[in-house]
Amino acid sequence: MGITSKPVVFALLAAVVIMIGTTVTVFIPLFMPSTQPISPYIKPYTAVEQEGRDIYMREGCNNCHTQTVRPLRTEVLRYGEYSKPEEFAYDRPFLWGSRRTGPDLNRVGGKYPDSWHYKHTAHPQSMFEKSNMPPYGWLAKKRLDTGYSFKKTSTLGYGYSESEVQQQIDQYRATVTSTSYPSKESRDQVTPPELQKELTEMDALIAYIQKLGRDVKKMEATK
Amino acid sequence: MSDAGYNYRVVRGFAFSALFWLVIGLVVGLWIAFEMFNPALNLTPWLSFGRLRVVHTNGLGLGFGLAAIFATSYYILQRLTRTPLLFPRLAQAHLYLFNTAIALAAISLFAGMNTTREYGELEWPLDIVVVVFWVMFAINVFGTLIKRKEKQMYISLWYIISMTVAIAILYIVNNLEVPINLFKSYTLYSGANDANVEWWYGHNVVGFIFTVPILAMFYYFLPKSTGLPIYSHRLSIVSFWALNFAYLWTGAHHLMLTPLPEWIQTVAMAFSIFLIAPSWGSVVNGYYTLQGNWDQMRTNYLTKFFIAGITFYGLQTLQGPLQGLRTLNAFFHYTDWVVGHVHMGTMGWVTMVISASFYYMIPRITNRELFSVKLANTHFWLILVGQFTWTITMWIAGIQQGAMWKATNPDGSLMYNFLDTVTSLYPYYKIRFGAGVIYFIGILVFAWNLIMTVRREPNQSEA
Repeated sequence: MGITSKPVVFALLAAVVIMIGTTVTVFIPLFMPSTQPISPYIKPYTAVEQEGRDIYMREGCNNCHTQTVRPLRTEVLRYGEYSKPEEFAYDRPFLWGSRRTGPDLNRVGGKYPDSWHYKHTAHPQSMFEKSNMPPYGWLAKKRLDTGYSFKKTSTLGYGYSESEVQQQIDQYRATVTSTSYPSKESRDQVTPPELQKELTEMDALIAYIQKLGRDVKKMEATK
Repeated sequence: MSDAGYNYRVVRGFAFSALFWLVIGLVVGLWIAFEMFNPALNLTPWLSFGRLRVVHTNGLGLGFGLAAIFATSYYILQRLTRTPLLFPRLAQAHLYLFNTAIALAAISLFAGMNTTREYGELEWPLDIVVVVFWVMFAINVFGTLIKRKEKQMYISLWYIISMTVAIAILYIVNNLEVPINLFKSYTLYSGANDANVEWWYGHNVVGFIFTVPILAMFYYFLPKSTGLPIYSHRLSIVSFWALNFAYLWTGAHHLMLTPLPEWIQTVAMAFSIFLIAPSWGSVVNGYYTLQGNWDQMRTNYLTKFFIAGITFYGLQTLQGPLQGLRTLNAFFHYTDWVVGHVHMGTMGWVTMVISASFYYMIPRITNRELFSVKLANTHFWLILVGQFTWTITMWIAGIQQGAMWKATNPDGSLMYNFLDTVTSLYPYYKIRFGAGVIYFIGILVFAWNLIMTVRREPNQSEA
């Protein structure tokens, strides 16, 4: 056996064999339009939503919640319209998940008011006694760090200027701290007094969750 | 022993590092298993399920798995080439860097520095450290192979070579990311492409960490432990190349019915079915090696580990392709069935083979007798019963949840709300926790047995 006495040739041959499937199923699709469709309805995340998404990642929410509705009858019944590739154009990374310990979240945006999310995220068991979701009340006790928000959105290619990012942050802060904010009562219950006029990590997380699937609903409505 | 010149110090260092990370990883596993039916253990942000789950998978995959692979690879490499490691100091530095990296990995994941891309969750500075320690390993592997005294490379060396090559490609391509700061980065890929790259990586890192090097151990230590030559050399050649070729096509079976283009899913499905052939090539090779010597299942405790291990590998490689079929996947995906599947591989196949390899290797490299064969048998039965109870419970839980998700009333509406499908699993989660405890006790017996072995007086007959 010639090759089993030539380690370098053996390694090179192994690399070639490994690269065939890799090239066909991974490298070539990277450049195919079908893996990166775009839609004018799908908008990038705002700076605050992106911060919320980063908190979702930091806490490993994707370990229990998927973000893909499959084209199956009962799944569409339970969650809504099945997921389309163009929805994820701005998702770096994708957060489709692999295990549904909790429900899928790809269509959760707009399903419940913010107040529901403040209560549920802080104390899941106060709403569903037997739920096994961890409580995340401490997110409301942390001021949102927006120091990298501009760098993040520009790295991700969202195309916002620095002042636009600041404007998005100020605007969202104004919304949730306003006396006319419909979810003010729930927000104040979970947010400590010294942070009630600031943006917290919980605010950003909920902003992100409310964005999920919202653009698709608009797209479907115009059909 | 006439082993003068072989570097066993680094082998021993990696072997006991593996045991250490195994125990830590299992404690975390038990913790999150408890959280699944009682969220009270989510005491602090650092102990919340979402963060701990990745500490569990990385601690056991990167910590335990890699350390055991490096330990056995350094041993097998020297024995099969009849050549000492070319760079013993580099190997020692590899050991220190590896353990530092795993400790930092655990801390960073506890702290929530998580890229969320499964089995590749580490942030970019640690990715670089991981690449560096793999390069250190590769230099010794190829250096020693080039300088080797034994001309022919035996099967196990092929698997070590293909692991080294594949992991380099997988790890680097998957972890291309743009740093924001020291603790945060974004992947280069987006949406469906990111999913495709990540599951090409996620599937194959399991293949080239939890299959390929474990087969290297199996092909080396089974004949060594039984005194029987491998049944068919030709079958092992065919299996090797077919496995290496087919594995890389199959990642997208993790993405069935997602927005990934359908043809990629279908190709993955077809190659997954094909993979049964090379996988069972090794299973058959293992079984036939024992032809006419099956009494060893009773008389040789090591044989029991290897045969049970390869049997779970055989079951694993049938179950995997079947649950990758689109229709079955629609039912099983996202349920605990898959969790059961993974754990049969890790707790059955991987740990069984590593256990026996260590039982064979540690007494020889330390020139001592194994502390207790009786304890090794106890360890075998505890991890067998623990693992089987664990996985069967999760399969049943998966079937139940899959069925409840699909159940509809006569009018076509859903029969169960989501929470019902979760809470109905709590009894299974309690059984799973109990099974995990049994398994964990088995692992403690294993660790104890090896610690007591190296603390014994060395054999008198040292050359």
